[in-house]
Amino acid sequence: MREIKCDVAIIGAGPAGLAAALSAKEHGAKDVLVIDRDTDSGGILQQCIHAGFGLSYFHKEMTGPEYAAVFREKCDQEGIRFLFDTMVTEVRSAREIICSSTEQGLVKVYTGASILAMGCRERTRQNLRIPGTRPSGIFTAGTAQRLINRQNEMVGKSVVILGSGDIGMIMARRMSLEGAKVKAVVEIMPYLAGLTRNKVQCLDDFGIPLMLSHTVTRIMGHKRIEGVYIAEVDDQKQPIPSTEEYISCDTLLLSVGLIPENELTKGAGISTNAVTNGPEVDQRMQTVMPGLFACGNVVHVNDLADNVSIESELAGKYAAMYAAGTLPEAKAQLNVIAGEGVRYVCPHHVAVTDEEAVIRLYFRVSEPGRKTILKARSGKKEIAAREVRRVSPGEMDHIDIHTQDLTGDDVVICAEGVK
Amino acid sequence: MIHTDIVIIGAGAVGTAIARELSKYKVDVVVVDKRDDVGGDASKSNSSIICTGYDCPPGSLETAICRSSRMLADQTVKELEIPFNVCGAIMPAINEEQMNILKDIYDDAYKNEIFDVDVVSGKQLLDMEPELNPETIGGLYIPREAVIDNFLFVVAQAENAAENGVQFLLRNEVKDIQVENGKVKAVITDKETIQTKYVINAAGLFCDAIAEMVGECDFVVKPRKGQFFILDKNTNCQINHIIYPIPTPTSRGKLLLKTIHGNILCGPTAEDLEDKEDHSVTAEELAGIETDCKKLVPNINFSDAITQFAGLRPNRIPAGFHIGFGKTEGYFGISGVRSTGISCSLGISRYVVKKLQEGGVKLERNFDFNPYRKAIPRFSEATDEERDALIQKDPKYARVICRCETVTEGEIVEALHRPVPPTTLDGIKRRLRAGMGRCQGGFCSPKVIDIIARELNVPPESVDKNVPGSYILTGISRQEGGDHHA
Repeated sequence: MREIKCDVAIIGAGPAGLAAALSAKEHGAKDVLVIDRDTDSGGILQQCIHAGFGLSYFHKEMTGPEYAAVFREKCDQEGIRFLFDTMVTEVRSAREIICSSTEQGLVKVYTGASILAMGCRERTRQNLRIPGTRPSGIFTAGTAQRLINRQNEMVGKSVVILGSGDIGMIMARRMSLEGAKVKAVVEIMPYLAGLTRNKVQCLDDFGIPLMLSHTVTRIMGHKRIEGVYIAEVDDQKQPIPSTEEYISCDTLLLSVGLIPENELTKGAGISTNAVTNGPEVDQRMQTVMPGLFACGNVVHVNDLADNVSIESELAGKYAAMYAAGTLPEAKAQLNVIAGEGVRYVCPHHVAVTDEEAVIRLYFRVSEPGRKTILKARSGKKEIAAREVRRVSPGEMDHIDIHTQDLTGDDVVICAEGVK
Repeated sequence: MIHTDIVIIGAGAVGTAIARELSKYKVDVVVVDKRDDVGGDASKSNSSIICTGYDCPPGSLETAICRSSRMLADQTVKELEIPFNVCGAIMPAINEEQMNILKDIYDDAYKNEIFDVDVVSGKQLLDMEPELNPETIGGLYIPREAVIDNFLFVVAQAENAAENGVQFLLRNEVKDIQVENGKVKAVITDKETIQTKYVINAAGLFCDAIAEMVGECDFVVKPRKGQFFILDKNTNCQINHIIYPIPTPTSRGKLLLKTIHGNILCGPTAEDLEDKEDHSVTAEELAGIETDCKKLVPNINFSDAITQFAGLRPNRIPAGFHIGFGKTEGYFGISGVRSTGISCSLGISRYVVKKLQEGGVKLERNFDFNPYRKAIPRFSEATDEERDALIQKDPKYARVICRCETVTEGEIVEALHRPVPPTTLDGIKRRLRAGMGRCQGGFCSPKVIDIIARELNVPPESVDKNVPGSYILTGISRQEGGDHHA
């Protein structure tokens, strides 16, 4: 088995891995190695040929490949090493990774610190247990996106989309542009799952109906899908039989959520959070295993690549410090708790160190609402508050806290005014 | 026009096992099947158990065949390198009433000469299977019940049969059997005419329609649907034995087991239907599986389900194994193999060959028969050293295509160039498990389609999911006239 040494090893060359790599280099890691199973960098951005990236990070609108290319060019300038066509099969510890490479065979990587940046996968029809037959023509939205945008292969002509996640709405527009008829986007919740801007740009502009509080109750067709039954759901999300109607289609796309891809994480002996399905991290993006960091959608599913980049820069910075032996030791660890109106917060912990810093806590509210006060408390003390015009579970919010305000008690985040 | 000695209709477990058995003789055999692949219908969608025959009807042909099949399995899985695990089964009882039912099953097992079945205490069962319902007071232990890779079981036999000279004609639907002067003359499919002396009807669910073609159908076959759950390998609540419920007079009930690849399987339901194409899953029946299986193993976690599927067992009316020549000369029928098709297939193949010989078919041994088949080397099961060696030999073994089940391009390419190769996405899935993991092919299916297209030199849009007509792609995007399925 070949052996490679580096200061910081990063698993995944998507938006998280690229930003982490650059940041690690900037913060003193000499030898940064990025490992990816694909033949090029960018991860899922390679198939995201639509615009909408970079608005907050670069203050200009870019496509996914353009956004990734900016990071990649900088990586190349900085001499960051990439190992493509290589699958990590095992994270033995923060300092030892095994991977299988088409060029080099089985490789053992010895590293000073590691960063998990594997991204996420899509929830499936089977996760939802949609009843009916099992014909062809049922795709997760991301799979269809890959086929159309990367492989130049069209997946169908007459489409129903279940779930109003961002990829689903973007694919509604994409399929329409490719000449398909998108008959409906069906969402079980009474509100949109993805970003409002995507509803406007991808559904409204193309005259595609969005059916809230509806779901697919049955899939029909033996060989290729021939249609679906849809029905309105009640408050308990149970279909109302009298509302059931048939829509013929040759394609069903699913945009029903993403699940962080944490098989390597679990293999390393790190458990995942029940709400986010990702490893718990502190504000430095360090997992419970010292020297093993995680960032991007592997930790929690983000709605914008721009947020992933910002979060991943922290992972890169602190991984470089860990590798150099300069990461401030945590004197204590505080929990960050999702309080009233909040579904989860990331990071999950605050490591108390001598470093004074602003910590940005990302979170999602549990229900949509207007005029909401976002608050952070440390014990009984309010340490941050911010009023926002509206909140939605589909759009991540954040609140900044200062380390010097921490009282030593757990930090609780609330969204008051949310129903 | 094809000329042969024997046509086997149906490439499920039974048809394929007969094909392999006949390849030990100097005789020309053609297997036809309307599906895209070997593996049939019921043979691919079942609980994957090779049973001992402990609960078969005492004194029946099914019992004798099932018992001998179990013995044959030990040898066959070695010759053909088929994943097989003699995990043993338990049948727990939670009250005296259930214990009384078990006594009858135990007595039947002894009538069937399955002497290793034993009655054990609740404590012993809970030691063997800690997740069992703690109210268990005792039960049966059936040590030689086993689980197999039921896809590879059929594929391996087909590959071996093909290497020994059997011809497989897939995507060929039998439309008629030509009979002249009371004698079988030819099998006519939608694509071929096959002149033959003998026809063996191993069409399972459709064996009544085939029998009707020679006017020998004095029975009907109705589909009995079984729905199943498959759980993620990572699910917390784990079991290691097949766990059978106490049967009712009408059904064996819903069982739990760990498949040969480490997933928990729960099911099947038993729904009598008319439609032989109805493989749908339904919310009510799936909920019933949850309820029933939780009675056996309370902590089983159905939120870890990664898929649900349904299979159709061929329910013959009237019931019972019927294996033998018909009135039409050259016609040999097999019907009544309901829920023990995988379990009994090996025994049936031996029995059929003996019956053919007794019926005057001249079968001369072919001593060039090679009983061995090498499995495709599995990256996921290899040690680091073996993985390195595989990659050095073929770098495609480093390229992981299915990340959930760790299946490499090297394995997929090898599968596509075997005898009786797959041509569809599901064909690859069944042989290698690519697409059978937690993401259900979301990540790998676009890649697998391209590999199939490349290796078989066909356009990607001609690659089906499984049966003809189950196309996946509709053409090239943004290309006038590129629409393949207009």
